[in-house]
Amino acid sequence: MQGLTPSDRPVAIGGRPAPVRPVGSRPQPQAKPARRDPAPSRLAYRLHRIWLTPIYRRVLRVGLPAFALAMVVGLYLSDETRRAELSGGITALVEKVQTRDEFMVHTLRVEGASPVVEKGLQGMLPVTLPASSFDIDLAALRSQVMNLDAVEKLELRIMPGGVLSAVVTERTPAMLWRHARGIELLDAGGHRVASATSRDVRPDLPMIAGEGADAAAVEAMALIEAAGPILPRLRGLERRGARRWDVVLDRGQRIMLPEDRAVQALEKAIALDRTGALLSRDVTVVDLRDADRPALRMGITAQNTLRRARGEPELGPDGRVIDPEEAAKAAAQAKTAGSPQNG
Amino acid sequence: MRDLYQAQRAMRQMRRAALARGVMAVLDIGTSKMSCIVLQFDGPGQFREEDGVGPMAGQSNFRVIGAATTQSRGMRFGEIETMAETERAVRTVVSSAQKRAGVRVDHVIACLSGARPSSYGLAGEVTLESGKCTEHDIGAVLAACDVPDFGRGREVLHAQPVNFAIDSRSGLSDPRDHVGNRLAVDMHALTIDSDAAGNLVHCIRRCDLELAGVASAAYVAGRAALVEDEQELGSACIDMGGGVTGVSIFVRKHMIFADAVRMGGDLVTQDISRGLRVSAQMAEWLKTRHGGIEATGRDDREMIQVDGGQETGDWEHDRRTVSRADLIGIMRPRVEEILDEVRAVLDAAGFDQLPSRQIVLTGGGSQIPGLETLAARILGQNVRIGRPLRIQGLAQNMTTPGHAATVGLALFAAHPQDEWWDFEMPVSSHGARSLKRAVRWFRNNW
Repeated sequence: MQGLTPSDRPVAIGGRPAPVRPVGSRPQPQAKPARRDPAPSRLAYRLHRIWLTPIYRRVLRVGLPAFALAMVVGLYLSDETRRAELSGGITALVEKVQTRDEFMVHTLRVEGASPVVEKGLQGMLPVTLPASSFDIDLAALRSQVMNLDAVEKLELRIMPGGVLSAVVTERTPAMLWRHARGIELLDAGGHRVASATSRDVRPDLPMIAGEGADAAAVEAMALIEAAGPILPRLRGLERRGARRWDVVLDRGQRIMLPEDRAVQALEKAIALDRTGALLSRDVTVVDLRDADRPALRMGITAQNTLRRARGEPELGPDGRVIDPEEAAKAAAQAKTAGSPQNG
Repeated sequence: MRDLYQAQRAMRQMRRAALARGVMAVLDIGTSKMSCIVLQFDGPGQFREEDGVGPMAGQSNFRVIGAATTQSRGMRFGEIETMAETERAVRTVVSSAQKRAGVRVDHVIACLSGARPSSYGLAGEVTLESGKCTEHDIGAVLAACDVPDFGRGREVLHAQPVNFAIDSRSGLSDPRDHVGNRLAVDMHALTIDSDAAGNLVHCIRRCDLELAGVASAAYVAGRAALVEDEQELGSACIDMGGGVTGVSIFVRKHMIFADAVRMGGDLVTQDISRGLRVSAQMAEWLKTRHGGIEATGRDDREMIQVDGGQETGDWEHDRRTVSRADLIGIMRPRVEEILDEVRAVLDAAGFDQLPSRQIVLTGGGSQIPGLETLAARILGQNVRIGRPLRIQGLAQNMTTPGHAATVGLALFAAHPQDEWWDFEMPVSSHGARSLKRAVRWFRNNW
């Protein structure tokens, strides 16, 4: 090897002191870290095997954290005051949010309602204003208000600025309905609007009568529309047997209409009246129930006129044939009484 | 023989249990490396027994879900030398394979390459009393094999019926329901040192694992590296491991001979280490990176830096170079010696008489470049390097010849060949026969 002292050279007795070398001036042999044993220890091996067992794994990963969480929560909530505190805090927070000015309703604005309906609406409002909009259940309020007969349509809405707006469309009464319990106002669809004390409250409206007349109100409206020329004489419509209509005119005249195609039958009667002035004659009933066989019932006067012409005994006001002798007797009595009476 | 039968049947039960559970590990304990693969079985539904060899050579019903390889420790010549070290290595490899598989493994099948295997051909014969061969008769004929004296401290590892004959008809693989008067069997038994086997059992027990089977590494390497035709026509599989070179001869799909030469790749490494005065790690690195068998002119000029892992502090010593030709010059005689020993084993086994004398080299040692030509010169003309069969889910780095035994062990786990203990041993002799005799005596005399 070069640079090394030959070994055969005699070493000086006593030797030579080693030169002083500063520590660290030449690289120290680095102690290599002891190589770690790659094998797992028996404990680590067993723990790993336990970890790979599904049930332990599930218990450790899900069961234990869930148990710890439930334990902590349960311990915290086991105290009564803490529970009250917690629920009170939550309630206060909810209250605080709900009563913010943005959510408050200050005024109720009603449009298109009569004073009665408006008063009713205000009475139905579940809270006293101002109130939070969370406390007002619009759907429930609307269904409650819709129970009022006079209200046809209702739009409820909370508008910005704390206004509860109610746009009401009221029903307009179109006819009067007289039935056993009194008189009611109906709209064009037959829905009740209000009760009336007498006919004179609304003399401008037509009158219908009879059981089940409100269910056929639409047809009644059509009949009244069709009754144009005889409208001044029309006293009302009467529902017969909850099945068909009678048109009642003044002077005790009556047009009996069929169950179906009633409007056409009425038009037919009006046409007959126009051509032959049928209704201005002494006819009590125009029976159009059978379209193929219209029938007339004449008044007593007309019948008596005919009977007189034929030489038959006359009819009394009750429709019975008057015996001529009795009639003569009666006439004699009348003469004696001195006050002539007409049969 | 009776105890062995019971022990093997217990292991068979364990294997059944593992198959029912669906997860099993196979553990190849070699001299230089230890590998473990975790198999998942999909159940018996996918594979029908009556098909014989099904699609994918009958190995479609399992797949590999975890594999690991580690350096072996405490092993020498394929046997356990230091129990604690080996146990640590087993723990390492099983733990990492489990980690990759994500499941816990309880049952393991292991293979052992060393332990001085020796094979015996046994023959047995019984008379068929019913005139027809039944399952019971097969058990009886296997039990009737005349067992030679294996010697003290030997244990039977495999006892496979190789050939059945009924009357004059030989070469039956399944004699059931054949009509005849005499049933004869040829059985191949492989014995190993019982101490080595006991050590293995102890080592595996210490790792909290149940041993579900033991196989010879030479046998399982043959199952993985030989293709079906080779197994049918006759071939030898030479598993060149680190400490031991296993030899197994297959014909008609049965192993008929197995032996092991107690020389292997570690000796080559040792020679390099001594010859070049380098550390064992360096020698191993030189062998695997630059090793070879056939020297060419180019190799003289190819200089390899031999800068060993440890610094001695001597500049010259730490920066030596050797030519590749030197390395080959060291390796070749040792490889020749190993192959000569293998040749001797094959000659002793009568390999020359087989119809097809195919030789398949496998194991880590077979990856030395140029081994094929050298082996052809020493062993015979038909030589090839055998890679293991591909199995489902196995990583690419486990498909090298070095893992032939591991893959073969997986095949063995999934489809074990018939062994003697797979058949019911006839209820012994004693109790039943004396009772029968008593009944006969009564009938004759009363």
